[in-house]
Amino acid sequence: MKQENNSRREFLLTGLMAAGVAVGVGCSSKKNVFESGADETVIASGKKVKLLSVDGEIIEVDEAFLKPVPELPAVSNSEARIGIGGKKFVMVIDLSRCKNLRKCQEACNHMHHVNTGQNWIKVDPMREDEHTAPFWQPTTCMHCDEPPCVKVCPVDATFKRQDGIVLIDSDRCIGCRFCMAACPYSTRAFNWSAPDIPADIAAQPYSCESSVPQKKGTVGKCDFCPDMARRGELPHCVSACPNGTFFFGDLNQDTVSNGAETFRFSDLIKDKSGYRLMEDLGTKPSVYYLPPVNRNFPFESGLETDTKEKK
Amino acid sequence: MENLNSISDEKIIQDLLPQKFNRSGRIWTGVLIAICLVGVYAYYRQLRYGLVVTSMRDYVSWGIYISNFVFFVAISLVGSLITAVFRLSRVEWSTPLTRIAEIIAVAAIIFASIIIIVDMGSPERFYNLFIHGRVQSPIIWDVIVITTYFFISILLLYFPLLPDIKILLRYKETNDNRFKYLAKFYSFLGSFWKGTPEQFKLSERAINILCITIIPVAFTIHTVTSWLFATTYRPGWDSTNFGAYFISGAFLVGGGGVLVAMYVFRKAYHLEKYITEEHFEKMGKMVVLLALLYLYFNINEYLVPAFKMKKSEEAHLTGLFTGEFAPLFWFAILVGMILPIIILLFKRGRKPLPVFVAGIMVVIGAWFKRYLIVTPTLLHPFLPMTNVPDSYRHYFPSWEEWAIALGSLAGALLVITILSRIFPIIPIHETLTEQHETAD
Repeated sequence: MKQENNSRREFLLTGLMAAGVAVGVGCSSKKNVFESGADETVIASGKKVKLLSVDGEIIEVDEAFLKPVPELPAVSNSEARIGIGGKKFVMVIDLSRCKNLRKCQEACNHMHHVNTGQNWIKVDPMREDEHTAPFWQPTTCMHCDEPPCVKVCPVDATFKRQDGIVLIDSDRCIGCRFCMAACPYSTRAFNWSAPDIPADIAAQPYSCESSVPQKKGTVGKCDFCPDMARRGELPHCVSACPNGTFFFGDLNQDTVSNGAETFRFSDLIKDKSGYRLMEDLGTKPSVYYLPPVNRNFPFESGLETDTKEKK
Repeated sequence: MENLNSISDEKIIQDLLPQKFNRSGRIWTGVLIAICLVGVYAYYRQLRYGLVVTSMRDYVSWGIYISNFVFFVAISLVGSLITAVFRLSRVEWSTPLTRIAEIIAVAAIIFASIIIIVDMGSPERFYNLFIHGRVQSPIIWDVIVITTYFFISILLLYFPLLPDIKILLRYKETNDNRFKYLAKFYSFLGSFWKGTPEQFKLSERAINILCITIIPVAFTIHTVTSWLFATTYRPGWDSTNFGAYFISGAFLVGGGGVLVAMYVFRKAYHLEKYITEEHFEKMGKMVVLLALLYLYFNINEYLVPAFKMKKSEEAHLTGLFTGEFAPLFWFAILVGMILPIIILLFKRGRKPLPVFVAGIMVVIGAWFKRYLIVTPTLLHPFLPMTNVPDSYRHYFPSWEEWAIALGSLAGALLVITILSRIFPIIPIHETLTEQHETAD
C-alpha cells in the first residue's frame, strides 16, 4: 500500500510540473523519471517554498527537495520504438466536462505544428438518435492494443510500443495511406503538401516521440506526447483543458491525472462506468470515456465555439 | 477457321505480319502520347507540390488513383483467362485471341504498378518496401503477387512469340523495309530459336507450366487487391464476399476488353478471316456468363447488407442507392452489366458491331464501378467528419488526378498499340499449325 502511495505522489508531482513548476523528484541519475528517489538522502535546508498541490491546496516544501528538471537527451528513433519501460499509458476522457472549447486542439496543433485546417484531436458533436442526448466527444488517437493501422503498415513506419503508445516514423513512411483507411476512428492526418512550419523546426531531425517536424507525403497523428511523459509531464491536451476533461496516466500504476485531480484509474472507470469506443471492433483502445452524465455544461454551450469559428 | 484452308501459308504470314501504322494509326498513337505527356506533367506537379494537387484529403484518402489501380489489376486477369484457362481446357477457337489477351494483361499490369507508385505520398521511399517490408501487410502481399504475375505474364507472352519471331526474322531478309529497325530487336529476342522439335517440346512444357501457375497467381492478385479494402472495418469494404466479387468483376472487364480489342484489331489490320464472326459469337456468350456471375456477386454484396441496414452501413448504402452516388451506381450496374447481358443474349447482338458496343459498355461501367467501390465508403466514416475544412467532406478528382488517370489509361493503350506494331497480333505459327491440322 505504501508503495502505491508513493507512486501516486509521484504522479501528483508530475501534475505539478505540467503546471509549469520546474521541479524534479531527484532522478537525474536515472533513466526513468517516473521512478521515485526514495533511496536518496536529502538534508532539509529549512528554507520552505510554497507550491500548489494537485488538490488545489497551498503546500510548503523544503527547498532541498526541489531539483531542476534535467535536460533529458532526446531518445534515438530506435529507442523511441521500444517505449518507456514498465509503463502502459492510458487516457480517460470525461465527457461530462467537455464543452467544445477545443483548447486541447489548440495546444496540440501548436506543439506539434499541425497543418492549418487539420487536427489530431477532434471534438465531435455526437448524437446517437434524435431521442438521445447530444454531447461533445473529443477524440485522440486511441492507441489501440490491437491497432489496425499497425497491422496494415507495409514498412513498419507506424508501430506499437511496449508502453502501449502507437507512433509513426515519418522518416520511413511511404505515404500509402493504408493506415488511414484501416483506422476506424479516422484519427490520422496526411501531410498533403509540405507542412507550413518555421524553417528552423522543419530542419530538425524528425523525432518519433514528438512527431515533429511533420514531412510532406507522410502520415501524422496524436502521439500521446511520449516526449512529455519521459520528462514526467502530461500531454499538451491534458494540461491545456481548463475543465480537466482529459486524464492521463499509467495503467500499471493504476493512476490517472488531469494535473489538478488524480484518480485511481480502476476506481474511476468502475465508479463512472467508463467505456471505450467501438469495442465491438476488437481494437482494444487505450482511451477510455466516462459517460456524459451530471454534466458541468449544457451541450448548447459548446455550440458557441462552432459559431465563432464559422465567423 | 475452316475458311482458312483455302489460303496458302504464305498468304497467312503476309496477312498477319505486323504492319506499319497507317494515317489513323499514327494519329491514334500521337493522341495517346499527347495524353500521356499531360499525365506526366501532372505527375511532375504532384511530385513538386505533394498530393495536395489532388482532391484527396484526410477522409477520402484514396481516390481515382486507387480505383484506377483496381481497374488495371482487374483487366489484367484476362491474360490468365483467355490464355491459361482456355488453353488448359483445350478451347481451340481462342488461338487468335491469346496474344491480344496477353498483351492487354502485360500493359495493364505495368500500369497497375505505375499507378500505385503515383498514389504514394513519398514514392522516393519505394525501396522501404524491400528493406523494411512486413509480411503481415496486405500491401506487401500485393507487391509480391503483382511482381510474380508480371513476370509470368511476360513469359506467357514471350514463349509463344518465339516461333513467330523466327518467321519475322526470315522476312527481314526479304528486303522488306517493314523490318529495317526491328530486325535487331527480333534477333535479340529470339535468334536462339531454331524451331527444333526439342525446342518446341521445351517451350510447350514451359507454356503449360506457366498456364497452370498463372491461374492461382491471377486469383491471388485480385483477391489480395480486394483485401486492401476487405481487411479494414469500413462499411462497404468489410465484406467476406470481396475476393470472389472482385475476381468475377475482373474476368468480366477483361472479357469486355478483349471484345473491344478484337473488334478494333480486326478492323485496323483487316483480320476478318482470322477473327471471325464466330469469335464474336463465342466471346459474346462468354461475356454474358461473366456478367451474370458478376451481377450475382453484386446482388450478394448490396442486397444482404441492405436487408439488415445496419446503422454503420446505412449512410453508405443509401448514398449509393438513392443518394449522391446513385446516378453513377445505377449507371455502373445498368451499363456495366445488365445492358451488355441483354445485348449479348440475342444472336443478333453477338455480331461484331453490337459486341464491340457491349464491350465498351462493360469496360466503362467497370471503371466507374471501381470508383464506387473505393470512394463512397471513405465518405462515410464511423465518427462524424468534424473539425475539418469543407473541402475534406467531398471528393471530385482534380485535373491533375484526371490527367494522371487518363494518362495511365492512354499509356496502357499505347503499350498495347506498340506491342501490336512490333509483334503479330495473331500468333502466326499457331495459326499455321492449326490450319495444317484441320487440313489433314
